[in-house]
Amino acid sequence: MEFFRIKKDIPFMRHALVFNAISFITFALAVFFIATRGLHLSIEFTGGTVMEVEYVQSADINRTRTTVEGLGFGEVQVQKFGTSHDVLIRLPVRDDVKQTEVAGRVFTALCAAESGTVDTKQYVTPQGEAVSRPSCSTAAGAEPVQLKRTEVVGPSVGAELARDGAIALAVTVAGIMMYLAFRFEWKFAVAGIIANLHDVIIILGFFAFFQWEFSLAVLAAILAVLGYSVNESVVIFDRIRETFRKFRKLTSLQVIDHAITSTISRTIITHGSTQLMVVSMLLFGGPTLHYFAVALTIGILFGIYSSIFVAAGIAMWLGVKREDLIKAGSGKEIDPNDPNAGAVV
Amino acid sequence: MNRYPLWKYAILAVALLVGLLYTLPNFYGEAPAVQVSSGKATIKLDGSMATRVQKLLDDAKLKPDFVQFEGSSVKARFNDTDTQLKAKDVISKGLNPDASDPGYIVALNLLSRSPEWMARLRALPMYLGLDLRGGVHFLMQVDMKAALTKRAEALSGDIRLVLREKNIRHGGVSRDGNTVDVRFRDAATAQQALGLLTEQFVDLQWAMAGDGVDQRLTGTLKPEAARRVQEQAVKQNITTLHNRVNELGTSEPVIQQQGLDRIVVQLPGVQDTARAKGIIGRTATLEIRMVNESAEAREAERGAAPVPFGSERFVERGAAPIILFRQVVLTGENLTDAQSGFDSQTQQPSVNLTLDAKGSRVFKDVTRDNIGKRMAIVLFEKGKGEVVTAPVIRSEIGGGRVQITGSMTTQEASDQALLLRAGSLAAPMEIIEERTIGPSLGAENISKGFASVTYGFAAIAVFMCAYYLLFGVFSSIALAFNLLLLVAVLSMLQATLTLPGIAAIALTLGMAIDANVLINERVREELRSGAGPQQAIQAGYERAWGTILDSNITTLIAGLALLTFGSGPVRGFAVVHCLGILTSMFSAVVFSRGLVNLWYGGKKRLKSVSIGQVWRPDQGAVSDAERAPSTASSVTPVTVNKA
Repeated sequence: MEFFRIKKDIPFMRHALVFNAISFITFALAVFFIATRGLHLSIEFTGGTVMEVEYVQSADINRTRTTVEGLGFGEVQVQKFGTSHDVLIRLPVRDDVKQTEVAGRVFTALCAAESGTVDTKQYVTPQGEAVSRPSCSTAAGAEPVQLKRTEVVGPSVGAELARDGAIALAVTVAGIMMYLAFRFEWKFAVAGIIANLHDVIIILGFFAFFQWEFSLAVLAAILAVLGYSVNESVVIFDRIRETFRKFRKLTSLQVIDHAITSTISRTIITHGSTQLMVVSMLLFGGPTLHYFAVALTIGILFGIYSSIFVAAGIAMWLGVKREDLIKAGSGKEIDPNDPNAGAVV
Repeated sequence: MNRYPLWKYAILAVALLVGLLYTLPNFYGEAPAVQVSSGKATIKLDGSMATRVQKLLDDAKLKPDFVQFEGSSVKARFNDTDTQLKAKDVISKGLNPDASDPGYIVALNLLSRSPEWMARLRALPMYLGLDLRGGVHFLMQVDMKAALTKRAEALSGDIRLVLREKNIRHGGVSRDGNTVDVRFRDAATAQQALGLLTEQFVDLQWAMAGDGVDQRLTGTLKPEAARRVQEQAVKQNITTLHNRVNELGTSEPVIQQQGLDRIVVQLPGVQDTARAKGIIGRTATLEIRMVNESAEAREAERGAAPVPFGSERFVERGAAPIILFRQVVLTGENLTDAQSGFDSQTQQPSVNLTLDAKGSRVFKDVTRDNIGKRMAIVLFEKGKGEVVTAPVIRSEIGGGRVQITGSMTTQEASDQALLLRAGSLAAPMEIIEERTIGPSLGAENISKGFASVTYGFAAIAVFMCAYYLLFGVFSSIALAFNLLLLVAVLSMLQATLTLPGIAAIALTLGMAIDANVLINERVREELRSGAGPQQAIQAGYERAWGTILDSNITTLIAGLALLTFGSGPVRGFAVVHCLGILTSMFSAVVFSRGLVNLWYGGKKRLKSVSIGQVWRPDQGAVSDAERAPSTASSVTPVTVNKA
């Protein structure tokens, strides 16, 4: 099998202007949505309480909502989570309520709404582990609603996490930029980092537009995909440098086209296989990994696009020349037979 | 040319073996077990408890897989839950004769089923994070300001005392935040005091200021002293938490410092946050009382007479009864520190107590009036008191520094000091993050994470094998080897596996295949431009290496940033991600090359390699003409020959 049977170099750069315009519009839209709608930050960043409860019957969202709202904890969000039996409840931080008691009170109220009472259930699992957990039981002995998970984050922790996340992002960007500048030269470093920041902004734009929950896991996904797709630009830049060395007669434009054409097969296959794994996470990973996988998917798709069109395009606008990459007079640098002369795909 | 020397194969074989050995314990699952831990701060478990438990089980004709003492608890593993439940009853009855006042916590638990010889090689399964096995997680903030204030308060009391002892008249000692102010009427006294205080209180930095009428000495805690106070506060709180958490009988409680002033408490298997919080937040109290040594009390001690009026019966650490007066001389609040040490004259081990100003005053009066009598230090936990030590008063003790010596070993002295400190938290704590994960959710998360990795891996392997044929098979085997190594390394490090960690494994595998795609594409390209099979393999691997290194470095930069600045779940992700990048470089390049060399390396007249169809553009096409110089460079045999 061979997917890519390319006879001639594809003139990518001929349409660079169009693609750059598309990129710019997407980018502007992303910024617009982030600015107007904002990110729907998870409680890890904002502080608050999240509870996941499971009903035996299909959950009646409205009844749950009325019950929780009746407690007067301010603006609560109640939504289905994964299956129709699972409900996710989000409660904001309130100064007048002790945060660590909120979950217990909500569960007691939900239990009462199912005409049950909360007590502590102690039993030994078939594997032989002693478990003691609060459970809701009715007079008939049934357990209409179960507390699956609670998460309480204080407001100070949230602010800290948000700050640490921003620092991690800045350090990653700076680190990669330094690496690119060291490995190539500043024009490529700038082009590479703009291309990939453009990806980051677009992922954020998607999260802002759809109001998907932005959690720590999503942030991790963004950083991972940033490191991963910068590499794509590295490969193309490497090829550009090599092509400049080998084909002295080609113009910068032709060189870039050639470099992209000869790496496109590898680009699509590697990103495709990574995406296979991510799709598997999307399908089987359940609701917890859902947005993590979504962020990776957007990141990977735009990573391909931006390394090809944005990074190379910007390098072109910045006026990459043969002289930038191959220093005159250095015989070693020009030697096309040097096996260490840059990585080649 | 494509041959590895023997030692390289040997290294690969060893890596494979070690990988298998350390990955294996993860597949044994868990067996029911019974865990015995101390139920009181005054009881300490040691190796002899294992023998005791073993004997109890032998007497009941129950056969455990093993009984072992580890850390601060004794664990016995059983084959089935029936035996486990019976064993729990037997051990419980044997160790706690008085069920209403249990000295030991006997709890049901799970232990890895892996054989003992593996455990001896430290081949243990990974810890499962709370999100995979259920449990509660607390993040507690230690109030450092309170710890510092407490220290400054104690110091100002000591300063008053020292000045009085040396007969230096002062116009008042006051504490303002973390600084201590001492006022003097005239400069000469202030100067004299400055010399004394600088010498006696090395933790404070003194500054003199005068405002015409008064001279003022201001002592500020030195930064290193403040740091020490904070470190000790966190350490003491952790010790106290350990003692309390033991009571829950969880198998692997995690109590760790996080950052400068935070403590993480993770209790696997516990769902009952209310109870956990109650236990964590409980305060034990310490009281000093006089021992009733009258004749009636002696009788009462032996059980021959009723306890005299105004007295109470207690148990001393070795279970000997002792009669104490009800009247409390001092409480733990007046005790600022307890450390073990040595008597400066006799070199006997000692426990040194430091009392605050009020405590020292009371203590001085009491000791003066009761020379030759005994006093007792009682630790109250869960409403029950137990005498930690009951020394005889030898002389009047002033100055708030109390030394207890007697026939005890250094170990006993440090245990006692720990007990005296264990009563209280050095600084108040507040829960700032709380997470509960139900057991069913944990199991669900495991199966979902597992399914993601399995199906993703399978999809990649199928694609690689279909697209690159035999080279695809090699790549897939190398990817499997990568997974094996990664799990082995995580097990070796005893890392905690969480759901984000599993996601990182999946993602790392998805990214690791990149290296093999690079190599395979490169080999194809070499073949396309007319290189011989052996040369193509050689050149393909050599030339792809630079790009692989590049791609891994950029990924690693992001991974390290996450590791440094991430917290909680993100850290779990970052650790696995970074380790995965490292193992993937080894497996994708060295290991897959080893496979290729093993298969093709020996074939001298190799006509073709199975790497899928290599499509060539028509002869004379533009791109081919362009490639001419490229071909020349590719065919040039690369002289780096490893064979």
